Amino acid sequence: MSMAASTDSQVQATAANPSTHAPPPRRPRRWPWTPYLLSAPGLALFAVLLLVPLVMTFLLSLNSFSFYGGIENVWQIGNYADIIADSYFHEVFLRTFRIAAVVTLLCALFGAPEAYILRRMKSPWRGLCLLIVLGPLLISVVSRTLGWALLFGSTGLVNQGLMAMGLIATPIEFMYTETGVIIALTHVLVPFMVLSVWASLQRLDPQVENAALSLGAGPLTVMRRVVLPQIVPGILSGSIIVFALAASAFATPAIIGGRRLKVAATLAYDEFLNTLNWPLGATVAVLLLIANVVIIVGCNRLVERRYKQVFE
Amino acid sequence: MAYLVLDQLTKRFGNWTAVDNVSLTVEKGELISLLGPSGCGKTTTLQMIAGFLDADGGRVMLDGQDLLAKKPNERGLGIVFQSYALFPHMTAAENVAFGLEMRRIARADRDRMVADALKLVGLEQYGDRHPRRMSGGQQQRVALARALVIKPSLLLLDEPLSNLDAKMREEMQIELRRIQRTVGTTMILVTHDQSEAMALSDRVVVMNKGRIQQVATPQEAYDHPANAFVANFLGRTNLLPGMVGGGAGGTVITVADSVWPVAQPMAAGPGALAVRPEKIGFVDAGGLSGTVLARVFQGTQWLFEIETAAGRLMVIRQHDGSPLPAERERVMVGWRTDDMAVMPADREAA
Repeated sequence: MSMAASTDSQVQATAANPSTHAPPPRRPRRWPWTPYLLSAPGLALFAVLLLVPLVMTFLLSLNSFSFYGGIENVWQIGNYADIIADSYFHEVFLRTFRIAAVVTLLCALFGAPEAYILRRMKSPWRGLCLLIVLGPLLISVVSRTLGWALLFGSTGLVNQGLMAMGLIATPIEFMYTETGVIIALTHVLVPFMVLSVWASLQRLDPQVENAALSLGAGPLTVMRRVVLPQIVPGILSGSIIVFALAASAFATPAIIGGRRLKVAATLAYDEFLNTLNWPLGATVAVLLLIANVVIIVGCNRLVERRYKQVFE
Repeated sequence: MAYLVLDQLTKRFGNWTAVDNVSLTVEKGELISLLGPSGCGKTTTLQMIAGFLDADGGRVMLDGQDLLAKKPNERGLGIVFQSYALFPHMTAAENVAFGLEMRRIARADRDRMVADALKLVGLEQYGDRHPRRMSGGQQQRVALARALVIKPSLLLLDEPLSNLDAKMREEMQIELRRIQRTVGTTMILVTHDQSEAMALSDRVVVMNKGRIQQVATPQEAYDHPANAFVANFLGRTNLLPGMVGGGAGGTVITVADSVWPVAQPMAAGPGALAVRPEKIGFVDAGGLSGTVLARVFQGTQWLFEIETAAGRLMVIRQHDGSPLPAERERVMVGWRTDDMAVMPADREAA
């Protein structure tokens, strides 16, 4: 408002030039509706499809449930107290975040070098290899995970192959283990890390590596002292994406982990559809969301503070 | 014995020969420019000296040692890149210290050398700034300090001033000259800007299409270009077609209705005469006749365009009060024979 007023008075001052005595042109004052109108459809969609369900889930988590009475429309925090008190739930949440953390670490370990190597590849191979890396994203998560189940089974290709080579005597347990879930999730989520690191590599001046070489640094030192520090923000933002997706993944833990190895997402699903304890399922979902947001926002803060000086 | 020797250096990219048998000797402490239009092979030559590109043929000897046999990180050269290529995650002082760290120089000595280098480029107060928070000119100075602090046997500058605005560029030209005088490092400067090359270099190497056209002091190359390309690339020039032949007093070149003695021995046949606009004057007799097409006042000087039988000529005269011809006036122009260059009619008229 004050901005608009001062602009107007400036216009008048310029127009009130002694040589021209015409009345200053007065533009009709308009309320700035346009931005709101333009974003209204998006905001409405966001509200109806995300905000309302989230609020409803939260309200549901405050309801109580009894085996005979079903869902009772009361407002209490008993479900939260139950989860916080029960060591079974602790185990599930702990497992969820342990899996997410290990998957994130593996994605960083594989994804960052992958992106770097991809960038240095020559033209036809680069496109081809990028397609292979992004391939997992093009395949339905269920068929991709079932593929892993076929490979991992006790009579699957991996175990058969290892046994035929005489490396192992009995099949390794992949199915229904954390190892299996971690391998399958890493495969699915590595593309996000590659894309994120790729984006930060694009901003890297290719001459910087030559500059370090000319100053006497060996190839490994160039990597450690010059390239790595510059792609750390990419690795960290990729880690945030991977962690969030891994912690809330459903299909992969459901198929590879099954009932025996529950994570927060499959736990909520079972509470909803098998036990029919909707309020408890909603509580698990809300707690997963809160934990995810806290961890991710915390990490993001850390990254922003650490790298504010260098990248802006 | 020459300090740096390029011997028949060659680089091909597929069918395209980017650098074609380039041979050059540079004396210790000299500042020499590789000058030419883009794609002339100057940057490729520099990259081969630095080791970022492998040569397809030839040798590079620095102080009697074969440079091409060494890896880029073992050559000990200082390089200033066109994009500066500073490490964005390090402060100016850390950038400058990097090369010293790689040489495992003790902390105390390192700090002192970094401070000296920053002082040399006039940035002693900016040591703990990150490059992103510095202006282009300041980044340029940090890059220079980083390359100089390792006391390189040779400093390569790749279009170092091309990203600066005109005013900064002039300042940095003076700065570069001062630093070169102070430290006495042998420098090779790659540039497409002829005024930059002229202002800075002891000698210029004019290149075109991967070949060296002329190696000379800036003044010599300007006054006596070896061929039409050099004449055209360095400043404005008039190139007049003529016929070389034997005369009564030696070799002469005939341009339209005028005859000029040729100092150097030349075969008879078609030739060209190059003469700078500011070297041409109006004479009463014994010159080339023509008509003034246009005259333009430019403050300190007048610019004339004159139509002659040998083509249009550009003439620049000082605005010093002496009478000058009007438009459409018949005139006769001439020049001292020392101020002209005669060359064979060119295969590559640029």
